[in-house]
Amino acid sequence: MPTSDNAFRTALALIMSMDSALLSIVILSLQVSLIAVFVASLLALPLGAALALWRFPGRNGVIIALNALMGLPPVVAGLCVYLLLSRAGPLGEWGLLFTPTAMVIAQVILVLPIIAALTRQQIEALHAEYAEQLNSLGLSRSRMIPTLLWDARFALMTVILAGFGRASAEVGAVMIVGGNIDGVTRVMTTSIVLETSKGNLPMALGLGIILLALVTMINAIAHIIGETAKRRLG
Amino acid sequence: MNVHHTPPVAALELDSVGFIHRGHTLLKPTSLRLTGCQRTLIMGPNGAGKSLLMRLAHGLLTPTSGTVRWQGAPPAQAMVFQRPVLLRRSALDNLTYVLAIHKTARQRRKAQAMSALEKFGLAHLAKRPARVLSGGEQQRLALARAWLLNPQVLFLDEPTSALDPAAIKAVEDAVLEFHHSGTRIVMTTHDLHQARRLANDVLFLHNGELLEHTPVDEFFTTPSSPEAGAFIRGELVW
Repeated sequence: MPTSDNAFRTALALIMSMDSALLSIVILSLQVSLIAVFVASLLALPLGAALALWRFPGRNGVIIALNALMGLPPVVAGLCVYLLLSRAGPLGEWGLLFTPTAMVIAQVILVLPIIAALTRQQIEALHAEYAEQLNSLGLSRSRMIPTLLWDARFALMTVILAGFGRASAEVGAVMIVGGNIDGVTRVMTTSIVLETSKGNLPMALGLGIILLALVTMINAIAHIIGETAKRRLG
Repeated sequence: MNVHHTPPVAALELDSVGFIHRGHTLLKPTSLRLTGCQRTLIMGPNGAGKSLLMRLAHGLLTPTSGTVRWQGAPPAQAMVFQRPVLLRRSALDNLTYVLAIHKTARQRRKAQAMSALEKFGLAHLAKRPARVLSGGEQQRLALARAWLLNPQVLFLDEPTSALDPAAIKAVEDAVLEFHHSGTRIVMTTHDLHQARRLANDVLFLHNGELLEHTPVDEFFTTPSSPEAGAFIRGELVW
């Protein structure tokens, strides 16, 4: 039976050994999740803001759908991307299945609804406060979007971190579309699944600890940047 | 530097402007005409429709009946709110923001913004986040922002109701400064003394109805409606 003690020791030993296989897994994990969050943010921040500002028929339906998609099971997202990218699928010619790009696509689909839905809430609240002033200044709604996004930046940082949390924690989607191929698409979470199924629990736990540490570190950096900026700008 | 427009400010005409919200008549059909470079104060008890009338005139709200019309091209306008809405940026950036919107060349923005800050006694607070400034400083910053818009008509919605006497004085001086440079002032207040100090003419509203539009002396000496008389005497009017 592995104890938490030897799991920690394994984690420490893994880090100390600077094993190149481990390093590539860690780097790929971060790459996939950070790129996915970046792409999702580029799309979801303006989308969420637009949804906050425009009234159109079916708007409530879109909001409900986005909110529901926040709970989209990663395996389902993975399966959809798998069907799209598989040889027989509509995008099969691109040959993206079992590549890191496919993993990014799957994670974008998982993260985008979270960032869009939460951005919509934040921007709607801020717009309620700013609307009269911005209207008085003669701003069109599309020109309000950058203003509102920038002024909500501290709240949106947390929103983006929530998206990153989702991306870095999920295993179902990257497993299906990535395939957990050693040296190509193996990431932290899929490694943990693999080691667990092999019965190598100290290794699995050790990897888990490293993953947790990395996520904590990124959140800490974001928090410190945010707090410093907030203190400076109020 | 700011060069305020000297040509006459376009007349503003409200023709039977009314506003109904969820079956409640908030403003009965109102007709009035604002001309020249006057200081018009809109007075009346809370809920009389003062802010509403101002928002309709400024174009923030669309009347449910009647029309709001400028004679000629709509002039440059600005509005200062009771609680200033300042962006979550530094005082200086709040000002360069409006200059950017109005397409002032990038290299001129900072100098113009700084001169507006100086004009309103805020230069030492330029780098301070706007939202940690005191109430009076925030309102002066809102006025500085309005100044940069070069408005021909300035709307102010109870700009001093949350301020201490010194800050009120600063705001009133600023209002006079605007007027001096050729800006028409339209301002709501429920402060009789303030109205005496600032007004050329008074619009008196009560229960969503415009009861008077008279020169200030006439309003205070011989109000034509009993409600205005009661308001001036400090009696509660409902």
